[in-house]
Order: sequence, then structure tokens, then C-alpha cells
Amino acid sequence: MESLTLSDVEQKYYSELFLFCDVDNTKKVASNGKVLDLFRAAQLSNEVVHQITELCGATRLGHFGRSQFYIALKLIALAQSGLPLRVESLNSVRDLPLPRFVMGKNEQEMRHVVMFADTENQGPYLPRPPGRVQAKKVSAHEMIQPCVPTVDPQPDTTSPVVSPHQSPPTSPHAWRKHKRQASGGNVDRQPSVPGVVWPPFREAQPGPVTGDGMWSAHSPPPVQESWVSFTDTPPSCTLPMHPPSAQQLQQENSNGGLLLLTQPESTTVRTVPSAMTTNEIQRQTSGYDDPWKITDEQRQYYINQFKTIQADLTGLIPGSAAKEFFTKSKLPILELSHIWELSDFDKDGALTLDEFCAAFHLVVARKNGYDLPEKLPESLMPKLIDLDDSAGVPEPDPEVGFSASPVEVTPNKSPSMPSLNQNWPELNQSNEDTAIVHPVPIRMTPSKIHMQEMELKRTGSDHTHPTSPLMAKPPELSEETKLAAAIKFPGTTVGDGYSSSDSFTSDQEPISSAVNRQRSHSGTSPEGLKVVAPPPPPPRPNASHSRSSSLDMNRNFAAVPAGPQQPGVVAFPPAVPPRPLPTQTSVPHGHRSVEGDGLPAITSTSPQQMPEQPNFADFSQFQVFAVDQPADDGEKPSDSGQVERCAETTGTMRTAKNDVQAEERNATTVNSAKVSTPLAPPPKPVRRRLKSEDELRPDVEDLPQKSTVIATVLATQPSIPRSIGKDKKAIQASIRRNKETNTVLARLNSELQQQLKDLLEERISLEVQLEQLRPFSHL
Amino acid sequence: MAVCIAVIAKENYPLYIRSVPTQGELKFHYTVHTSLDVVEEKISGVGKALADQRELYLGLLYPTEDYKVYGYMTNSKVKFVIVVDSSNTSLRDNEIRSMFRKLHNSFTDVMCNPFYNPGDPIQSKAFDSIVSTMMVQAF
Repeated sequence: MESLTLSDVEQKYYSELFLFCDVDNTKKVASNGKVLDLFRAAQLSNEVVHQITELCGATRLGHFGRSQFYIALKLIALAQSGLPLRVESLNSVRDLPLPRFVMGKNEQEMRHVVMFADTENQGPYLPRPPGRVQAKKVSAHEMIQPCVPTVDPQPDTTSPVVSPHQSPPTSPHAWRKHKRQASGGNVDRQPSVPGVVWPPFREAQPGPVTGDGMWSAHSPPPVQESWVSFTDTPPSCTLPMHPPSAQQLQQENSNGGLLLLTQPESTTVRTVPSAMTTNEIQRQTSGYDDPWKITDEQRQYYINQFKTIQADLTGLIPGSAAKEFFTKSKLPILELSHIWELSDFDKDGALTLDEFCAAFHLVVARKNGYDLPEKLPESLMPKLIDLDDSAGVPEPDPEVGFSASPVEVTPNKSPSMPSLNQNWPELNQSNEDTAIVHPVPIRMTPSKIHMQEMELKRTGSDHTHPTSPLMAKPPELSEETKLAAAIKFPGTTVGDGYSSSDSFTSDQEPISSAVNRQRSHSGTSPEGLKVVAPPPPPPRPNASHSRSSSLDMNRNFAAVPAGPQQPGVVAFPPAVPPRPLPTQTSVPHGHRSVEGDGLPAITSTSPQQMPEQPNFADFSQFQVFAVDQPADDGEKPSDSGQVERCAETTGTMRTAKNDVQAEERNATTVNSAKVSTPLAPPPKPVRRRLKSEDELRPDVEDLPQKSTVIATVLATQPSIPRSIGKDKKAIQASIRRNKETNTVLARLNSELQQQLKDLLEERISLEVQLEQLRPFSHL
Repeated sequence: MAVCIAVIAKENYPLYIRSVPTQGELKFHYTVHTSLDVVEEKISGVGKALADQRELYLGLLYPTEDYKVYGYMTNSKVKFVIVVDSSNTSLRDNEIRSMFRKLHNSFTDVMCNPFYNPGDPIQSKAFDSIVSTMMVQAF
């Protein structure tokens, strides 16, 4: 014989088995009969058993010595694991599961086998079997409990009762041994005890008397097994116990037909199910520890039934279909209703596979006379493993613990749960959308200004100035439009942007009209304008949303559309940029009428204002840098004014200007001179932006210097890079500019707020009127 | 803690009524019956166009010296009536609302049961348990 190395667990297990088989206590070997039974219990085919016996050498010896026995056991384990039977593999295979023997005819035993065959039970497993034995199995209890005491005292040998203690792993074995031992006579046992264990395995033996007695005593178990034969779904082969049980059942049936089918199949439609149900119920009750556990066979059956109603195992069975199905069981509606309440875990009016199995199980239990539980047993709870915790929390049952019951975990999840989870991300998205709606207004903060400046720089070139700012604008406008688009606003056209920007800069009232026009195009035009304007307020969700929670600017803008819309236009003012103009342009621009300018003019101005705006934008910076100058402010206004004029005049004007400016750029030095122009008060330029072209033009003419300044400013755009060298001054200049811009913006803000208040008052009055007109419908 | 909880169907017949047994249930039945009139009155006052905006919680229907009656009507015209003891002053409106909410949820669960025919008396154990939690614990 090959030398056999066994792990400790294996050692213990095998020794137990040996003792178990060694009835005669000869230390040699179990009688062949017993061993054969044991081997058959391993659910291997006879050929395999033969092979094993040959391999282990028992055939040679004619009996199983301890070593042969051990080898045989190991080979059985190999065979059960699906490995080829080779003597060489005896020692080579590691982590071989312990051989499984299905001997117990009770569910308990089977379960034990299944459950613990591969687990190492260090603790005394004895308690388990007793614990598992249901009250119904009184006899089993009696069997086992008496055995328990015997276990303790005896260390070894004769009473296998002890061995269980010593060798935990094989609980079923131990249990069986218990019974066996009990029957062996060490302790007075019911004569039926041995019968309990062995009858299932006696293939050819007619039910012994004890077996009969046992049958009667243990009718449930046999019945349970009988259902297997009735089922159209043969127990899955996953568990070794099932096939043997089926075989046993059939054998037993042939033996004596003592199997009691507790309930005749009454329902035609559910003949099979009913047969199953009775057995299942008994199975359940006999299951150790948990009467409500679903065996695999049962579950498989349930699954098949589920398929007949709903092909998709992950789908739901609607309540009506389930109602029809379960009504066939002829249970009272009240009980079915209760079963439904228990099993519909997520209260969605439909049954998932898990829920269906639980419901079916409960129906079966009820049909077999078991009272329905008040709460869903843990083992029947649907597996909501994959779901979120919140979704998985059982609502009705306080038994929160989703026990990792040994019941096969079906892959389905309660569909409603995932949907619940899915809702959340959707909500989040929607929230985000709303968030977008009220984004922080993209004000022309310094950063933004810098952005614009950067863009200007980028776009800046030797083009005409108007174009550069224009170019700068489009990108910004595009940004705005993107924002707007994000917020689902119609994209604003450049023109709109321009016009809006113009409106910004111009007086609020006049601008509003023009802007309103633009607004009509797109609710977001203001935003687009904003692009031009210093900080294009975040794209407003709706012009109609009169009160947005975003910045005041937005509010104003929002209010504008709601109201006369004029104020909204004012909102654009962000065209604070006009700031630079203030100084010089203020005067000349004073009379500009926004409307008079018309959209194009406005648009023309706006783009140009852009460059100026940057007074916080970069123009001034450019100028500053390029010019080295001290009075950036002065330049700004002049530039802005000039820009405005240019814009207003027309493109041609601009171009002309640009040319001029270009020329003047060449005379860069001039820039510095120009800077000297004082900086007019910010607000003025804003309002004055909208001055008529005429005024501007003359202004332009009148202020050649300014134009030159502007030109230089514009020119400086491309020359911005040069300014790098003058960071300090640039910074200072930019600081100044920013401050100026701030003041301008602050003023604008106050003005807009004023408008807002006016609008609000209007709105209140209108609402009051509305309420007065509307009949009181509320109490 | 309620002294009596009743669920009345749309057609004004009771689907479920349960009261603390100490005080003669007939009195509570009568109270609930009369409270239906108050419910109707409240509903009619709300107005036509606001059916969708009508709040489900009707509030205190009417107080008597012994107890107060609160009402709640679902959109399907199923009414819940809760009778609480007047001496129980600690019950705030919010608590009553939460009781109605729980009742409504539980009632919805009962409705979802395909074995329940709307209009049948409610015999659900889950519903009973919910109601029990809200009733004054009988000594």
C-alpha cells in the first residue's frame, strides 16, 4: 500500500469513519458490508467503488485494514472531487475535500453533509445535530440526545460517540455514528436509531422492522425524499445528497412503500407541486436549525416554476400572475394574502425570484400544516446583496440581517431596488443641472478679465483693433454660448453679444430696449452680451425667471426679462468695461442714445468696448505695458471712448481707426503720452457708451489723441508680450484698472438693484391684482 | 397614541376600524361616523380647481371634551380617521401627521397585495401591527 499522508483533519475524519465501520472493534476493518454502505453513501458509482477497493488493496486482503480504509476514503474524496483515481494522487493532491458520505436520510443529515463536508469543525459538532433536529423529529432527538452524554465520557475506541468530539469535522459522520453507536448498544437506544441511519442506504434490503418503525417515526423525511421522485426536476447534482436521496427514495418505495405522502395531490394543476410541497415542508421542518430553509432541490423546483410564469429569472412576476398561481394551491385567500405580505419584500406588488421562492416555500409550508410565521424567516429573505444598503434594508421585517443562508444565492436582485438606486444618480444629475442654472455668475472678475485679456492677446494681432476685440469676443461669446447651451439657452450670436454688451454699457433704459430686442432672440442674449461685458453673468436659465438666486446681476437680468425688460438690458452693463471711456468719452458720449445707435452700432461698440473693458480687460494693460505708462486709466477711457466711437461708427470706421491706430502703434511712444488722459469717473462712461455715433464720431475726431491712445491700446494687444518685462507696472496698472472696474461695477450694481426693486414692486402689485381677480379657491 | 383608528372607503363604509377596547367601541364607531360629515365639509370647502393641491392631511376635524378627531383623506377618497384622547396633550400636529403617513404607507402596502380586493375589509397582519404601534397600549 502506498504510504498515505493525511492531514490532521483527514486523520481524524478517517479514524472516525474507521471506528464507525469497525463495529466489531477488530481494528481491522469494517465489515465489508458496512464499508460498502459507506462507500455507496459517497454517491459514487459502483464501478468507482470497485476501483477504489481495488486500489486500496482491500480486495487483495479481503477486508479493509485501517490503512486500506484510509486510502479508500481518500480515493473517495478524489473521486468526489472529480479527480481521476490514481494511487499517486493520494498524496499529491492537496486541499482535497473530505470525502462526503450521504447517509443521513434526514434533511439534517444531508445538510450536515453538504454544509460541513468541507468545513472543519473544530468545535463539537455534536450539539449541532441535536440542535437541528426539529421538534417534529422527536425520535431523532431522542436518538441524538442520549448519544450526547455518551460522547463525553468515552475517549475513543468503542464508542464512536466520543469520536465526534475528537474529530469535529465530520459532523454528519459523527452524528451518524452517534446513531449508529447508539444502536450499537453502548447506550440504550431506541432500536429504531440505527434504522434511521441506515435504511436509506440499504438498497436491496427490505425495510427492516426497525426501518419500518423508523419510517413511521420519521415519516416526514422519507416523504420528503419521496417528493424528489415526484418532482419533474430531479434534484440538481450540485449536492451529493440529492441523487442518493432520490435513489434511496426509490429504493425505499420499492421496498415497502411505507413512504407516506402526507398529503395527496389534490390540486390538479399543482399535482407535482403539491407533492413537492408536502415533502418540502417536511423537509423544511426537518432541516436543522431552520425549518424555513429551502433546499436546493426545492429551490430548483421553484425556479422552474418561476420560469413557467416569467422566463427571465431576473425579472418580476406581476402580482396578478402570482395571485393566479398561488390561488391554485387552494389556500384561503387570507393566508395567501399574508404569505404575500411576508414575501413581497420590497412591496412593489411583484415578485422577484427570491421573493417567489419564499412565497412558494411558505405556501408549501402552509399546505403541510405549518403555521405561517409572523415575520419572514431569515432564510427566506430575498438576497439583496448587490443592492445598496439603503435599498436592501428590509422594511417590514425587523430581521435586518440578511443571513448568508446556505440557500443558493440566486443571481437575481430585486429589480425595484436597483431602480431605487438608479434614481439617485438621476436626481443628482438633475441637481447638477439646476446648479448649472445658477452658476456663479461668470463675472468679469479679475480672473475673467485676465482670461479675456489672454484671449485678446491670443487673438490680438495686427488686425484692426475692432477685429481683435471682436475676435476676442467671439471666443468669449462662444464660451458664454456654451454655458448658455449647457443651461439650455439658445446660443447667442455674436451680434447679440455685441448688442447686449452695448446695452450693458449704455444707459439702462435705452439699452434695455435694444437688449430686449436681442433678448427676444435668445433668452441668454444677456449672457452673451455679458461675454462682451465684463463678466458675462452666468447664463440665465430663462429670461423669464425673474428671480434667480444668482448674483444680483443675474437677478437684474432675470428681472429684466420679466419686467419691462429694459432693466435687464441694463444688467448687461457688465459692460463695465466702458470704464475707460469715462474720462474722455464721457463727455462726448453723453448723448448717445442707445436705440439710436441701432443694433449694429451697439454691436460695434460692444466689441470694442470689450477691449476697453479690459480696462480690466487687458487693453489698458496692454497699453500700460506697451506704453510704460503711468496713466493707464487715462488711456483706458480714451481708448474705450475711442473704441466706442469706432464701434459705433461702423466697421469702416473701425478699420479706419485701426489704420490710424496701427499707425499710431508704430509710434508706440505716443502711447505713453496718451496715457496721461485722466480717467473719467467710471459710471459716466458706462452710460455714455451708448452715445450716438454722431457724438462719438465728432468725439473721435476731437480726440485724436484718444484715438491714438486707443490705437495704441489696441496696438498693445499684440504687444502685450512686451509688457511682460514690465510686470510690476503692469501689475500695478492692472490693480488700478481692476479697482476702477470694481467701482464701475459697483455703481452698475447699485443701479441695477434699484431697477430690481422697481421691478419687484411692480411684480408685487401685479400679483396682488391677480389674487384679487382670482376667485378664492383656498380656504 | 390614538384611541381609535379607522379606515373608511370611498363610499364611506368602513374598511378597518380598531379602537382601544376599554371604552366601549360603539362610541368610537359613532364618532368616526359623524366625523365623516366633517371630512366632507372640509373637502368641499377646498374648491374645485384645487383637487390636486388639496392637502391630504385634514387636521383636527372637531374636538369634543373627551377626545379629538383628526382626519386624512387620500387622493382615492379613502379616509383615515384617528381619535385621540383629549387628555393626551403631548401629541403635536406633526406627530399626528406622521401617524397618518405611516397609515397611508401601510395602506398602500395592503393595496399592493394582489390578494387584496379593494373594498374588502383589511385583514393584513402587517397593517394591524402598524396600527397597534400607534394605538394606546391597552393595559
